[in-house]
Amino acid sequence: MASTAIPRLTSPLPIRGATHKIHVTINDVPFDFMVEDRTLLVHFLRDALGMTGTHIGCDTTHCGACTVLLDDVPVKSCTVLAVQADGRKVRTVEGLESGGKLHPVQEGFTTEHGLHCGYCTPGMMMTSVALLAKNPNPTEEEIRRAISGNLCRCTGYVNIVKAIQHAAKASGGGK
Amino acid sequence: MTIHGGIGQSLQRKEDARFIRGKGNYVDDIQLAGMLYLDFTRSPYAHAKITAIRSEKALKVPGVLAVITGKDLDAAKLAWMPTLMSDTQMVLPIDTVKFQGQEVAGVVAENRYAAADGAAAVEIDYEPLPVVTDPVKALQPDSPLVRPEKPKKSNHIWHWEVGDKAGTDALLAKSDVVVHQDFYIPRINVSSIETCGCVASFDPMGRLTMYMTTQAPHAIRTVFALVSGLPEQSIRVISPDIGGGFGGKVPVYPGYVVAIVAALKTGHPVKWVETRTNNLMSSSFARDYHISADIGVTKDGKLTGLKVKTIADHGYADAAANPSKFPAGLFHIITGSYPFEKAFVEVDGVYTNKPPGGIAYRCSFRVTEAAYSIERLVDEVAHKIGMDPAELRLKNFIPPEAFPYHSALGWTYDSGNYGGALKLAMQMVDYPALRREQAEKRKKGEFMGIGISSFTEIVGAGPAHTFDILGLKMFESCEIRIHPTGKVMARFGTKNQGQGHETTYAQILATELGIPAENISIEEGDTDTAPYGLGTYASRSTPTAGAAAVVAARKIRDKAQKIAAHLLEVSPEDLEWKDYKFQVKGVPEKSKTMADVAFAAYTNPAPGVEAGLEAVDYYDPPNMTYPFGSYICVVDIDKGTGAIHIRRFVAVDDCGTVINPMIVEGQIHGGLTMGLAPAMYEQITYDEGGNIRGSSFLDYLVPTSVETPHWETGRTVTPSPHHPIGAKGVGESATVGAPAAIVNAIVDALSPLGVTNIDIPVYPWKVWQILHDKGQT
Ligand code: FES
Ligand code: FES
Repeated sequence: MASTAIPRLTSPLPIRGATHKIHVTINDVPFDFMVEDRTLLVHFLRDALGMTGTHIGCDTTHCGACTVLLDDVPVKSCTVLAVQADGRKVRTVEGLESGGKLHPVQEGFTTEHGLHCGYCTPGMMMTSVALLAKNPNPTEEEIRRAISGNLCRCTGYVNIVKAIQHAAKASGGGK
Repeated sequence: MTIHGGIGQSLQRKEDARFIRGKGNYVDDIQLAGMLYLDFTRSPYAHAKITAIRSEKALKVPGVLAVITGKDLDAAKLAWMPTLMSDTQMVLPIDTVKFQGQEVAGVVAENRYAAADGAAAVEIDYEPLPVVTDPVKALQPDSPLVRPEKPKKSNHIWHWEVGDKAGTDALLAKSDVVVHQDFYIPRINVSSIETCGCVASFDPMGRLTMYMTTQAPHAIRTVFALVSGLPEQSIRVISPDIGGGFGGKVPVYPGYVVAIVAALKTGHPVKWVETRTNNLMSSSFARDYHISADIGVTKDGKLTGLKVKTIADHGYADAAANPSKFPAGLFHIITGSYPFEKAFVEVDGVYTNKPPGGIAYRCSFRVTEAAYSIERLVDEVAHKIGMDPAELRLKNFIPPEAFPYHSALGWTYDSGNYGGALKLAMQMVDYPALRREQAEKRKKGEFMGIGISSFTEIVGAGPAHTFDILGLKMFESCEIRIHPTGKVMARFGTKNQGQGHETTYAQILATELGIPAENISIEEGDTDTAPYGLGTYASRSTPTAGAAAVVAARKIRDKAQKIAAHLLEVSPEDLEWKDYKFQVKGVPEKSKTMADVAFAAYTNPAPGVEAGLEAVDYYDPPNMTYPFGSYICVVDIDKGTGAIHIRRFVAVDDCGTVINPMIVEGQIHGGLTMGLAPAMYEQITYDEGGNIRGSSFLDYLVPTSVETPHWETGRTVTPSPHHPIGAKGVGESATVGAPAAIVNAIVDALSPLGVTNIDIPVYPWKVWQILHDKGQT
C-alpha cells in the first residue's frame, strides 16, 4: 500500500476543541496547563504528561485501575475531567515514594506478594493509601469493602488484604 | 548449604520494583514520536450484508487522517487471515458481518478522541440477515448458514473423537448404575484488566517493530511473516509488560493487522488499544461447551466407563488456540483422577453468529470443561448410590503405585498421589466434624453443603511429536550468558504476564549455576534478542522453559568444569560440583566458584576450550506434566434470598517441586478466584437476534474482593519424574479445580430437596427459585 506523507505531530494530544487553563498540583508540584475541555483526567495524566503509572481497564467506572487521589480522596480518573482538577491536588502512584523511601503501602504490596501482573496495582495502592489515612486499623472486612471498587484478575485478593494489613502495621496501626 | 534466592525460597519478586512505582511498561504506555491512534466502527448486527460504507463525514472530523475498510485490505489480500486452527477469519469484512461488535472500518486519527469521533461518523448501510446463536439449532438443516462460502454448506465445522465407543457402551450396559447428566459450560471472557493493544511502527528501511500484547511473540512473528510476505528478519515483535493474559492474548486480532496496515499507509506509528466493551464484544471467548455425559458404577462404588458427547460453539470462525492436532484441546483428560476401564469422547465444532475463539481461561486447553464434568459426575454418582463423595473418590483414585499411568483415552500420567492430597484437605477442614454439623443442620431445615473436587491437570505442552501450533513444534528455550564479572543475563522464549518469571527463572539458575539470584537478570518478549519459543499459556512455562533453563545451565557447568580444572591444575574428572562450587574431590578447600570460572572464561580460558561462557537449550519435554489437587468447599445457603456464602475453601495442590512457595500460593489464590467466577458470576449470553448481553463490566461480573472468600491453601509434593527438577505447572490448576468444588457444595446443600445439578453460574436467584418451588422460602 502506498505511503501517504502526513506531517509529524508535536504532541500526542493536539488541542483542537475549546480549552481551559487549569492550575493543578500534581504530587506536590504546582503546574499551569491548557487542557481541552473534554479531556479526561486519566488521559491528561497519561498521554499529555506521560505519567503512565495510572492505568485504564474499563469504560464503565468499574475496574479502578485509574484510581488517583484528588484532594486526598480516591477517585476514578477515567470519570473525572481534567478541568475538574483545577485548583486541586492530585496524587498518583508516581508520588508515593518519597526521598528514595517506599511508601508503607508499596512495601506491603511487594512483601506480601499483593501483585502479579501489576496492572491493577497503582489504583489498588492509591485506594489503600486513602483507606489507611481514614482508618489506620482496618479489619479484613473493612479492607475488602474499601477495595471492592478495584478489580484484580490475577491475585485473588488474599495477598492484597495482607499487603494492606502489613502497611497498617508498618505505619503503627494494624489489626 | 543454600544459595541466596535458590529453588524453594519465597524470594521477593524482582519485577515488583517497577510495578509498585508505576514504572511498568505496558503497551498503552508506549509513546512514539508522531504516533497516530486507531479505532473501529463496529457492526450493530450479528449477521448482515454491508451494502455501503461512506467515509466522507469521518474524514471531515478534525484530526482524522484515514479510514480503512475491508475493500482496502482486499486489494492487498489482507481482508482475511488464517486462524490457529486452519480456519479463516476476517480482518475487516468486504461484504458481510458475522457477529455484533465486529470491526467494520478502521479510523486513524491524531489522538484517541478524534479516532473515536471518526469511528462514530463512518456511515454504513446494512441489510440484516437471519441469525443463529444456538449451536444446537445451528446444526439443524433449516438453520441459516454462518459461513455460506464454505464448500460444506453446513454450520458443522469438525467432528473429533477418541476412545473405544463399542467397549464403553458394553461396559455401561453392564454397570449396576449409570448416571446421565447434561452440563452447559457457558461462554466467558478472560477479562485481564489490561485489554489488548499494539503499536505498529516501520523504520525508514521498512522494518516493522510491533509492540503488542502477546503471550507468544515468536510464533506471532512467524505468522505475520507468512501472512504479510515481509521477510521474517524485518519483523521485530516486542511484548512489553502484559497486564494479565490468561489465554486471551494468544490469538491474532484484527486490530493488530489493521494497525500494521495503517502504519504502512500513513508512514506513522499507529497505536490501537481496545476498550473494555470492545474486548468483551470481540476478543476471544472461552468455553461454550454443551456436554452430555454418562458414567457407570457398580453397586459397591467402583467407577466403570465414561461416555461424553459435546457440542462446541466456536462462533463464526474456529479461532481456538489449541495445539493443531487437538481441535477440542486436551478435553480427553476427562477421565480425571480415576482408572476408567473404558471411555469414549466425541466433540463437534459448530459455527454461530458470535465472536470467534475457544481459548483457555487461565486453564490448559479445555481442561476446565473436562475437570468440571468429571468431578460433578463423581459427586452425582456418590449421591445416587448413597456413598460419601470422599469415600467414593478414595475408593476409586488411581493409586500412587500405578504411575506412570496410561489413561483409557491415551494419556500417560507422570506421577500422582491423589489420596494424599484429599486426605490432607479433609484433615484441614475436619471433614467428619463438618458432616456431623451438616446432619444437625439438616434436622433443623438449614442448608449447608460440602463439595469436593479432586482434579487432575495436564500442562506443559508438549512433546514435539504430538504438539505443534501451525506446524511449529512446542519446544521451549533458554539462553544463558555469564559475563566476565560473574553476572548473568538469561533470555527465554516464553513471556511473563504476571506469573513471576523474572524471579522464578532466576531462582532455578541460582541453584543450577551457584550464582545468587540478585546477580541474574531475566529477559523475555523481544524477538530480536530472545531465543525462539512458543510462549506462555496453558501453564507451560515451568514445565518447558524451566526445564530448558536447567539443561542450559548444566551445559554451562560442563564447560565450566574444564575451566575450573585448568585453574586448579587438576583434570576435570578430579572435580565435583558441590555446595555450588567446583571442588577437588576430597579436598574441599581447593575449589573455584562459578564467578571465578566466568572471569577465567574471558581472561584465561583453558587450552583448547573456546572463550566465553554461554549456552542455549531448546527443550522438548518427553511428556506433559500432570499436576493435581483436592479442594473442599463449605457453603451455607440463606433460605430467604438464595444467597450462597462460601464459609471455607481449602485448596491442597500438588505441582511437584516448588520453586517459589510464595509465588505458587499467589498463583493458586488467583486461579481459585477465576474458578469462582464462572461457578457463580460470569457468563456472556446472546439474545435471539445475536445481541450480546454482557458487553461491559456493568453486565459481566468479575468477582471483587467482596465476592471472593479468604482462600486457604495446603500442599503435597509429588515430583514429576521426567522434569529435570521435578516441577510441574501451577498457574491454572485452581481455575480448573475450583468450579466443581463450589457447585458440588451448593448441590450437596440442596440435595435433601432432590437437587442433582444446577447449571453454572449458580446465581442466588436460581437457588431461590429452587427453594421457593420446594416450599422452603
Ligand atoms: S478505567 Fe476502569 S474505573 Fe477507570
Ligand atoms: S495483579 Fe494483575 S490485575 Fe491485579
